[in-house]
Amino acid sequence: MKPTVTSQLKKFLIKNIVVIVFVVISILAFIASKQSLYFLMSQLLERISRNSFLVLSLLIPVMAGMGLNFSIIIGAMAGQAALIIVTNYQIAFWNGFGGIMLAMLIAVPMAAIFGILTGMLLNKTKGQEMIASMIVGFFANGIYQFIFLFAVGGLFTVRNKDLLLTSGVGLRNSITFTETLKFGLDFGGVTKVPFFNILMVVSVIIILVYLGLFFIKKKLTVKQKSGIVVSAAVLVFSALIMYTNIFPLQIRMLKSLTFPAVSGLFIALLCGFNMIIIKTKLGQDFRAVGQNQHIAAVSGINVNRVRIIAITISTILAAWGQIIFLQEIGVMNTFGSHVQIAQFSVAALLVGGATVSKATNNNAIVGVILFHTLFIVSPFAGKELFGDPQIGEFFRTFVAYGVIGLSLGLYAWKTLFTNKK
Amino acid sequence: MKNDYVLEMNGITKDYSGNVVLNNINLKVKPGEIHALLGENGAGKSTLMNILFGMPVIHSTGGFNGEVKLNGEVVNIISPKEAMGHGIGMVHQEFMLIPGFTITENIKLNREITRRNIVSSVFRSKALEFLDSEAMSKDSRKALDTLNIGIDENAYVSSLPVGYMQLVEIAREIDKRNIKLLVFDEPTAVLTESEAENLIGAMKVIAGHGIAILFITHRLDEVMMAADTVTVLRDGNLVVSKPKTETNVMEIAALMVGRELSITKTVKTEEKEADVVMSLRNLQVNMPGEAVKGVDLDIKRGEIIGIGGLAGQGKIGIANGIMGMFETDGEITINNEKLVLNNTIESYNKKLAFVSEDRKGVGLLLDSSIEDNIAITAIRVNGDFLKKFGPFSFRDDSKIRNHAESMVKELDIRCTGTKQETRRLSGGNQQKVCLARALTIEPEILLVSEPTRGVDIGAKQLILDKLRFLNKELGMTIIMTSSELAELRSICDRIVIVCEGKVEGVLKPDASDVDFGLMMSGDYKKVKVGGIA
Amino acid sequence: MNKFLKNMTSGANLPRFIISSFFLLVCVMAVIVKIPFTTLMSDTLVRFAMNGVLVLAMVPSIQSGLGPNFALPIGIIAGLVGSVVSFEFGIAGFGGLWLAIAISIPLALIFGYLYGQMLNKVKGSELIVSTYTGFSIVSLMSIGWILMPLKHPEMTWPLGKGLRNIILLDNSFGKMLNDFFSWKYVRVAETGNLITFFNRTDKYISDLYPNNAAVVEFTIPTGLLIFFFLFCFVVFLFNRSKLGMEMRAAGDNPKFALASGINVDKMRVLGATLSTVIASIGIVVFSQSYGYLQLYQAPLFMAFPAIAAILIGGASTQKAKIFHVIIGTFLFQGLLTMSLPVANKLIVEGNLSEVLRMIIQNGVILYALTKVGGQE
Repeated sequence: MKPTVTSQLKKFLIKNIVVIVFVVISILAFIASKQSLYFLMSQLLERISRNSFLVLSLLIPVMAGMGLNFSIIIGAMAGQAALIIVTNYQIAFWNGFGGIMLAMLIAVPMAAIFGILTGMLLNKTKGQEMIASMIVGFFANGIYQFIFLFAVGGLFTVRNKDLLLTSGVGLRNSITFTETLKFGLDFGGVTKVPFFNILMVVSVIIILVYLGLFFIKKKLTVKQKSGIVVSAAVLVFSALIMYTNIFPLQIRMLKSLTFPAVSGLFIALLCGFNMIIIKTKLGQDFRAVGQNQHIAAVSGINVNRVRIIAITISTILAAWGQIIFLQEIGVMNTFGSHVQIAQFSVAALLVGGATVSKATNNNAIVGVILFHTLFIVSPFAGKELFGDPQIGEFFRTFVAYGVIGLSLGLYAWKTLFTNKK
Repeated sequence: MKNDYVLEMNGITKDYSGNVVLNNINLKVKPGEIHALLGENGAGKSTLMNILFGMPVIHSTGGFNGEVKLNGEVVNIISPKEAMGHGIGMVHQEFMLIPGFTITENIKLNREITRRNIVSSVFRSKALEFLDSEAMSKDSRKALDTLNIGIDENAYVSSLPVGYMQLVEIAREIDKRNIKLLVFDEPTAVLTESEAENLIGAMKVIAGHGIAILFITHRLDEVMMAADTVTVLRDGNLVVSKPKTETNVMEIAALMVGRELSITKTVKTEEKEADVVMSLRNLQVNMPGEAVKGVDLDIKRGEIIGIGGLAGQGKIGIANGIMGMFETDGEITINNEKLVLNNTIESYNKKLAFVSEDRKGVGLLLDSSIEDNIAITAIRVNGDFLKKFGPFSFRDDSKIRNHAESMVKELDIRCTGTKQETRRLSGGNQQKVCLARALTIEPEILLVSEPTRGVDIGAKQLILDKLRFLNKELGMTIIMTSSELAELRSICDRIVIVCEGKVEGVLKPDASDVDFGLMMSGDYKKVKVGGIA
Repeated sequence: MNKFLKNMTSGANLPRFIISSFFLLVCVMAVIVKIPFTTLMSDTLVRFAMNGVLVLAMVPSIQSGLGPNFALPIGIIAGLVGSVVSFEFGIAGFGGLWLAIAISIPLALIFGYLYGQMLNKVKGSELIVSTYTGFSIVSLMSIGWILMPLKHPEMTWPLGKGLRNIILLDNSFGKMLNDFFSWKYVRVAETGNLITFFNRTDKYISDLYPNNAAVVEFTIPTGLLIFFFLFCFVVFLFNRSKLGMEMRAAGDNPKFALASGINVDKMRVLGATLSTVIASIGIVVFSQSYGYLQLYQAPLFMAFPAIAAILIGGASTQKAKIFHVIIGTFLFQGLLTMSLPVANKLIVEGNLSEVLRMIIQNGVILYALTKVGGQE
């Protein structure tokens, strides 16, 4: 029997309830904010290119059953330390691209060591991974502050004296990367290209790949077919925006939106990595451990090792994510930039429809879009609705914390419920 | 040199800190043979298997004596992984399957077939190789076909009926190419009758491929159906090992149970003609692992009634259900009044008291003092040991102390004082504290479960004497649940044997070993009615 | 003796051992670098007593089996609401203090009850869920502070909406407990004489000696200490009551409690409610001593130092005694108070003491988490 349309619709609604709720809230908040679509889009694209990589770094621990990895803040600290080192030696070849690459390279061993240590700790706190990963983040932050406030300049010498406080010990509160590393990943902004051009290229690639598949396998799944249709639509729409004037001004303005192409490429590569890793033996181990540690152990999988690997990968990716994030902003708040990174990334992932036990690339990307739309417009909405932008700001913090709390609570409730059965 | 036996275990002896659990056991299994291993709980079956699989628990307790030979060669297996390497496989009682994985993924769990790729070649890492799902599906299909299972190898395990899950486990074992010996640990415990028949069919198919099977079970009819050879263990000793054709159900049943009673039996002279103090009607208790599935029973005033049976059959669940510890259904009448179910405090109000089978998990507050442990339930249930100040009531330290001291004396609890934490006490003394706590409520009916498990012989005698005393002198009705049949036979007026969640029968303590054995294995009705011996 | 030493340095007692050693070390260093010891001890005493009640709120939470109350901000919010409402009435002195507490308690009862009900639905994940519940409530209440229809000019912004971030309590119930029956030893700058004042406010002294002509060298905050110890005694009595014993049994071993006819879920709700109520009173006590009410994001991380304090005292996530509160709060607050000037003497720049607090606080909590259940 074929499922009816209504029952299918119901299923779809239930499955995507979180996303739907946030789409509605975002749209309402956007309307209330009285901001232009162009403003929203330009802000949003910036934030997508900055934040997506960090959010995507959360996926593997979820797969390995370790829940939401609040300890990515430790990876972020490794990233910042790497950037500080690169800035110290003022390495900035290829318009800063070389410097960023070097920072990413330096970050790897640091993040790997931190990741292994974190993983070992989380193996000692099984069942309480999330609270432990949060507290270990706070703890590491204390050590980070100790190093960069009291040890640097004293125990470690610093070549670039501009980094230091006037006393000669400890780093300044904010470090600017202008002219050296800012936008280094996109060669100082050289590869920042019109957004709709990127869309066109991407949709052409998707169409070609699927067509190629069709010629090899002689058939396509529904998903692949709809992929072709959607890509074609995007292609046409983008072309119309770029090369014609048929749309109203509000939409025509979008033509000048830009997107950093190399950052985008990095995000796409990470999405690809997340997809490919599932298909490897390691990915299978992640899944097995994630589903049932006991059975995985009985079949000879070294559960603790697999968990450490998962956290280590996540930590390294978070370090890169933080480097991408900071080089786009161009300024690092030495003791503040990383603090909220875990909360916001986790919140974004959950808004995108992920749960404690299941998270996909789509969840991450959709989540970043929705969460940051809300982030951009809510102060304006607060001002328009209540005459106070602060209300909007508090609202978005509430959303960030609330969605995490609610998601964790519902998951715990569900687990308890199924265990009782 | 070709060897006759795939597995030989010679002169296996094992003790846990002086307590001998296996005594000079010899076991020989031929290729292609289905070898049934029988015994009550605690007979030594699981220890023997732990030795075979090189479980850490064996090595951490000083190893064992004797030798294990595989295909005639002496081996020293020190880990389950090594056992696997030698071609020994296990089909677990509780399924070792991941529900969110497909059948193929489960069959190939941690034995995945992989293909190399650029990255994996560069890093020389098997972990980074791609899964070859086609090859894996093919293998699983072959294993499933061997067992004549028609299900799709790419179906999710969570969507399978229970009976198939067992078969998937077997498929996983036979997919291991070198498999020589397969151990089935109570495989039919969770299966329906037809599923069990399927399974036995599958076992015969496997044996037909030359793989030896060790079949651990308590169901004698299945033994008769499947096995070629039967070995019976009792109290760590080998009782018998012979071809099935040379024995019958009655003999095996008697061999499993029969033993010299270690505790002197009191002679029960007169038949008690008393009224019914408690009756159970269609009692169902949803206790994991010990489910009760419809028990009818009348308990007479002033009797000691024993509840026996094998582990997992539901005997433990009855007392827990009466006390409202697990979700319960049915009807319980006490002194002609209906008991409100699933409400522990109601059970106490009906003058019941309970000594749990799980002494450390349920019976004690391990970090609290002896006196607090003894007093707390009475404080909760009867409001004893309290001083009132207006609307508030506080604990009365001296009353609690005095009572605890008298209990310590009465039950001979060996301790440094009533303030000692119960965690520091020996098993026997802990059990006495549990008993003291129950008696402090001054019950009419006492439910005791496994009162002598893990208790030294001196304390055992004292506890049993105390129960007898309570029954005789104070007229207390006692419902005693125990895995030790001998113990039940030594003090009970009647013994109820529970099998598969139901009452299999009620016996006098002096009934024959054969009857006890048949009832415990659930074959009593079949044998007596159908006569399939 | 050897066994005693081993016991003091293992398990839940290890943090106490380490922090005590550290505390002693800092004391010695304070003497070496010649920091006036008396003032430090005086500050330690005040901070010990003002934080104590908040730490005490952890006791029922841990004893009922919920683990440390990471959602302490819920109770804090209740206490702050009581405080601002009391402030609105403009009652100065003890009247204002009692009114604040009187309004806080029913609010905390309701919040705590609901919070407890929620915790029963998320058994096994109490810690992380309660952390985020606390965070959410604080950020939601931040909107509440803006929209709250209160008008007192000392509490609201002269322009714009809502309550101020920091509300000065000088004209309300600030320092009421601290100054009650207090002894203050005052050094007169000119003569170098030490003068003792009993039951006098700081304002009284500064009016008497204007232009910092005299410095308070040592304060015994009698009222504050009495209040804190009185509260400890109340919790102690509760532990000895029928209900208290049942609640502790439920926390110790839920299965045992069930077998004794104790309703474990009810006891957990009781623990959450009591903890929330104590926290609400705790923040009132804290604020009157501090001299300010801190609204908006200030309560966000207040649970963590309180949790660290009781853990330092020797509690674990499953076991807590009043003794742990007293010793732990003293050690933790003492260390923080002492280390600040000592650190500043050693390293002029930056706030080493704050960094130290982060490392110790979170290190101690992490250590306790590795001992949770041991489920494997």
